[in-house]
Amino acid sequence: MTEATKKVVEGEGGQVIYSSPPEQALNHVKQAFPEGLEDDARDGYEGIIVDADKLLEVARYLRDEAGFNYLSSITGVDLIEEGKLEAVYHVYSINNGGGPVVMKVQTDRENPVIPSLTSLWPGADFQEREAYDMMGIKFEGHPDLRRILTWDGFYGHPLRKDWTEPFYEEEHKPFGSRWPGGDVLRSEEEIIYGKNVQYPPGWVPTGEEYDVETEVYTGLTISREATPGLKTDKVTVNLGPQHPSTHGVFRMAITLDGETVLGLKPVMGYLHRNHEKIGERNTFIMNMPYTDRLDYLSSMSNNFGYALTVENLLDMEVTERAEWIRILMAELTRICNHLWAVGFLLNDLGALQTPMLYNYIEREMILDFFEATAGSRMMCNYFRFGGVAYDLPDDLRGKEIYAWLDELVNDRLPAILEQGDELVTGNEIVRARSIGVGYLSPEDAIAYSTSGPVLRASGVAYDIRRAEPYSFYEHLDFDVAVRYNGDVYDRYRIRIDEMRQSLRILRQVIPYLRETHGGPIVPTKPQYALRAPRTGESYGRVEAPKGELGYYVTAKRRDANPQRYHVRAPSFINLTALEKMCLGHKVADTVAILGSIDIVLGEVDR
Amino acid sequence: MYGLGVLKGLGVTLKQFLISYKDDLAWMGKGGRYYNEEALLQRQSLEGEGVSTVFYPEEKLPTPERFRFIPFLVTDDPAPGQKWGHDWCTSCGICSKVCPPQCIWIKRGTQPNGRPKPEPEEFYIDIDICMNCGLCAEFCPFDAIKMDHDYELASYDRTTAHIHDIERLSKPLSYWQSIAPKKAAAEAAAREFSEQAKARKKSREKDADEDRIADAIARQLAYRGLLY
Repeated sequence: MTEATKKVVEGEGGQVIYSSPPEQALNHVKQAFPEGLEDDARDGYEGIIVDADKLLEVARYLRDEAGFNYLSSITGVDLIEEGKLEAVYHVYSINNGGGPVVMKVQTDRENPVIPSLTSLWPGADFQEREAYDMMGIKFEGHPDLRRILTWDGFYGHPLRKDWTEPFYEEEHKPFGSRWPGGDVLRSEEEIIYGKNVQYPPGWVPTGEEYDVETEVYTGLTISREATPGLKTDKVTVNLGPQHPSTHGVFRMAITLDGETVLGLKPVMGYLHRNHEKIGERNTFIMNMPYTDRLDYLSSMSNNFGYALTVENLLDMEVTERAEWIRILMAELTRICNHLWAVGFLLNDLGALQTPMLYNYIEREMILDFFEATAGSRMMCNYFRFGGVAYDLPDDLRGKEIYAWLDELVNDRLPAILEQGDELVTGNEIVRARSIGVGYLSPEDAIAYSTSGPVLRASGVAYDIRRAEPYSFYEHLDFDVAVRYNGDVYDRYRIRIDEMRQSLRILRQVIPYLRETHGGPIVPTKPQYALRAPRTGESYGRVEAPKGELGYYVTAKRRDANPQRYHVRAPSFINLTALEKMCLGHKVADTVAILGSIDIVLGEVDR
Repeated sequence: MYGLGVLKGLGVTLKQFLISYKDDLAWMGKGGRYYNEEALLQRQSLEGEGVSTVFYPEEKLPTPERFRFIPFLVTDDPAPGQKWGHDWCTSCGICSKVCPPQCIWIKRGTQPNGRPKPEPEEFYIDIDICMNCGLCAEFCPFDAIKMDHDYELASYDRTTAHIHDIERLSKPLSYWQSIAPKKAAAEAAAREFSEQAKARKKSREKDADEDRIADAIARQLAYRGLLY
């Protein structure tokens, strides 16, 4: 340790946490490890390339010595031309905020093995499984390396560049068959179903291969002393995928002793559509409407993250008015999403429908505004690179638009918030059902890579709008909402707090919108055929309502399509901590805990 | 005190229950609160209280101008006695190139001498694939493809009814003007502006780059910012 690193926190038991900005940390890492790592010298790329056998040591050093204690994202990349697979790690410092330390590990494409980081960060669990599923990277030491988004028994690794999907037409859109000789044919007529599906060589179906589910249940039958004096059996049940309380097609395989949860494994992927492969086929602009479909309750935030990432890659400027409109949209989306989340959580807690429907009346107002501005209530497709698609409408429901926004932000939304808060927050049933349930300690919340309200309800004040400000958030006055108990009740309350903060932001944004009225909303006329001006990578992240939404995009110079497109989906990664939160609670509480994470399956399954 | 939460909750429900009759009284002498366009608008505005439900299909929410649902092709208004007007599409193919799910097929027409004809021979949109993103309408340089407001497209058989051909897609300009009056007017102004700019450019020397850029920006602003 040199003097340059400053001691920030002295934890319990003499544990000292040092923190430093990314470059400083990288310098220290390079000093500590003279061998086994090198700078990523590729043009347009950042960070370090670590040898696979040094990865654990370097990661441990980063976490314990350099203060980069939050493993945000793991991305698998197929470097087919070099015959390599790459894993990209984005590690952040919770204490100091700021940018990431980017670590990369490259491995042979034929026999890809990389040590697993699950021993350091349990939050690496699902992300490594995803990289294994999609890329075939084997993470040595992973406790449960199974497929996660595709089903067990799937053949091939879909995100490898040489894998083609059924109904495969061409490597990149636009497809040549559309114009100028466009003879329409349904895909299923063109390519008879199954013709393009890949099977293992020499595979003959025997009927037994359909029994592929056994692995889901291994590890769930935990031996434990049964209740003394009572002969009880442990039961493994499936909650979902067709279950109203799982908020979609999400499934939990749960081992129960009586009603107590002894083990829980989330099973997902029922809504998997290989969003990332589609994204790599798409051109940059084409992908914008697809991001709407990730977290379909907050499409504006999804657009925002993607726009930031690609703007960074394409070196584009955003106009001032567009920035204010973006913040307006992002915060309205946050309110929209939290109204929904709180409504559903209360629904899960037994307050069937009523609070939810009261919240929806106000949510409808916001959606009306989205519809009038962007043309669609939920699939907004509103952001463009460098700005937004349209200016605000002149009026809405017979009222001038700024007056309408003023009334919404100052009258309607606060009223419903206060009513809900007054009615529900102190309610003894809600308190009895949620206080102390689903506890997640701050250390665990960081280790499990949780983000957004889940992280902040555990007492970790980490908000990307403050930690690594994007857009105009640094000019705005708001607090990072934080609660300290880490249970369902606090995860409920933090959403109320966040909505209040969003209203604060909105009140500041509306005058700026009035001021910039009539200003340009895009710097130049939007282009449909954008090409990357440089080879390189870009990682952009925003504080989406559900947590940190990150996009990792790489492109080659003059390409119109991304080479690699990866989404760090907050609700997918927040689910890693689900088992931790549920163990020891009653089965009815898992429903509440899941509701408090606030997942959307469009984003989880991608 | 136990039970207080229940009472509070019932209080809110009771309040909501009473409010839901307030509008009935207010609209009593004015045609009733349901099936009444004026009342519907009031019910859906920020001043609306109580029941905010829309009785679809008897009542329908007005669709905003930018509402988008399945594209259609703009044609001139048909001359008296004729079924079709002139199609604005020049079959340049930009819409099919920018279409994210690739649901647009265009067959470009050819002239007798073999050169491409600036109008489509065939134009198909597979509405099962269309994701209503509106990029085609946004990037069409001729305002020839627009997003429709007709969302009632249920049919009994998707294999026969869901690939829209040029006849099904073509709608006259007057239809577009009726569903999106402000937008249509703004576009007409922008078209006129660019015509004028072209005419001016022809009459000038070609080194007037600055004028050209100013024109482009002005058109851009007129189209995007101030108007629609």
